[in-house]
Amino acid sequence: MNLAIRDVRHRLGRFLLTGLGLGLLLGTVMAMGGIYRGLVEDALALVRMSGADLWVVQKDTNGPFAETSRVPEDVARAIRAVPGVRDASPVAFQTLQLRLGATPFRVQLVGHRPGAMGAPAAVAAGRPMVQSRYEMLIDRRAGVPLGTDIRIGRQVFTVVGLTDGIVSSAGDPAAFVSLRDAQEVQFLKANEAVRNERARLQADLEATPAVAGVPAAVFAPIVQNTHLANAILVRLEPWADPGDVAGRIERWNHYRAMTTGEQEDLLAKSVIERNRQQILLFRIILLSVSTVVIALVVFTMTMEKTRDIATLKIIGAPDRKIAGLILQQALALGILGYGVGGVLINLTHQYFPRRVAILPFDQYVLFGIVLVICVLASLFGIRRALRVNPTLALGGGA
Amino acid sequence: MPAIAAEHVTKVFGQGETEVMALKDVNLAVEPGELVALMGPSGSGKTTLLRALSLIDPPSRGCITIGNAQVCADAVATVDDRRLRREKVGIIFQAYNLIPFLTAAENVALVLTLNGVPRGEALRRTRELLQSLDLAHRADTYPATLSGGEQQRLAVARAVINNPAVILADEPTAALDTARGKAVMDLLRRLGRERGAAVIVVTHDERMLEGFDRIYHMVDGRITSN
Repeated sequence: MNLAIRDVRHRLGRFLLTGLGLGLLLGTVMAMGGIYRGLVEDALALVRMSGADLWVVQKDTNGPFAETSRVPEDVARAIRAVPGVRDASPVAFQTLQLRLGATPFRVQLVGHRPGAMGAPAAVAAGRPMVQSRYEMLIDRRAGVPLGTDIRIGRQVFTVVGLTDGIVSSAGDPAAFVSLRDAQEVQFLKANEAVRNERARLQADLEATPAVAGVPAAVFAPIVQNTHLANAILVRLEPWADPGDVAGRIERWNHYRAMTTGEQEDLLAKSVIERNRQQILLFRIILLSVSTVVIALVVFTMTMEKTRDIATLKIIGAPDRKIAGLILQQALALGILGYGVGGVLINLTHQYFPRRVAILPFDQYVLFGIVLVICVLASLFGIRRALRVNPTLALGGGA
Repeated sequence: MPAIAAEHVTKVFGQGETEVMALKDVNLAVEPGELVALMGPSGSGKTTLLRALSLIDPPSRGCITIGNAQVCADAVATVDDRRLRREKVGIIFQAYNLIPFLTAAENVALVLTLNGVPRGEALRRTRELLQSLDLAHRADTYPATLSGGEQQRLAVARAVINNPAVILADEPTAALDTARGKAVMDLLRRLGRERGAAVIVVTHDERMLEGFDRIYHMVDGRITSN
């Protein structure tokens, strides 16, 4: 005869209410875990989407996701000649604030050569870019409908396709345009600024005897070069050793070549590490609160049964039966709370403003932790129950 | 051979100046099927003797024998007192002490399941007993919904369901009116006789003593008369 089930059945309303409260707490723990996983997935989404084996970036920098990195786009041609390289393609990244009507929103602008690395692997709605200019793919998170015209600087882009789940490490949806468009957005100045710079250049030329008399218009295309990228994506032959190819690129071209793994590590450690620690600490606090709540509830339930426990001892119930009663109730409470929390978070996670990634592995680990917490929390109640003096049932002292 | 016996049982509470001797060299033996009452004023040691006999609060000196098992003061720690109670002793409380989260039938069947009887068999035997005690219609209700008399009859059922060698009852009629108290005492006598159990009842109420084989009076921790 299972005493724990019968006791729970007898106080079902209160037990369910307590389980609901605990479920909200554990649901928050799951949400925090999902937010962390979402941060990681978001942070790595662009890196993984690229399909590159190596990222060639400006020397002494950590690449476009950590700091400013500029490399001439034609370096891609030289890199293609390195043994072991199958393909190389320049990409540009820039964070922009755009407007949809009166509503501002941020995007991670990605410029890539059409059909080359850096383009999204799949389009969830609409079509891929087929024109080399003024078309845009944007992630659904931006909430921009297909066919929308969006102004960026001097140009207007038409949204021809939507992607799903490609965001920056900050959670900003990605917007894909051609490399040339991205370069103009990033490097081309406004007309007034261009005229200003030409006037300044003209003054400098006139003050320099070696080039005196040469009009600024001759030099302008050189100093206003927009053929820059933030990184060159490199795909290797299957037989190539990434470390070996990276070493060659770094040696003769004075660029830094990072493997995709290194780029992911860098993102994980530098960009989201503090968030990870913050969330981890918060989860530990919430789990500690859950432990205290379960321990308090179980202890209170045990105290309310003190006389019944004394009676059980008198009629001969062994300690394991009494301990089992309390342990099973603690576990039942934890499992109920876990179930409520799980249902809650699975029903609501898609409504969070940032990605909440609920992974089965994390759920299993948390379930194990909840069970351990229940066992620990029940120890106070079990200790109290085993110390109940059976004479209490006869009207004596506890 | 007595079903239960106390030999030179002494119980001491406290130490030094606060020492109180609640039982003083008590000797008692009750045969199977025998009905014995323990009477005496408050503080005379009746309940203390009952606790000692049931090994709930073992003696400071002397020995308790239940069936073939003898428990002496110097070896109490080596005895599984709960197993002994589970298998050989039925106890009835003044305040019934039914488990509130178990139904009437489950309260009784619990004793059997604690002794390893399968649940189905335990419930079958329980329902038979409750039938004989006119409690079958209350089998699936919780103790809180039963009257005082029904609760005490249920407590008696719980004490006898396992056919124990000894039934110990502490003021079983104290919370009942005379008619219901007599009914419970009659039941106890009948079941004790039928099942061949030694029955020891602590009571204040002389009106309930009809049919008992022996009546012991206790004063200041000693049995003074038989």
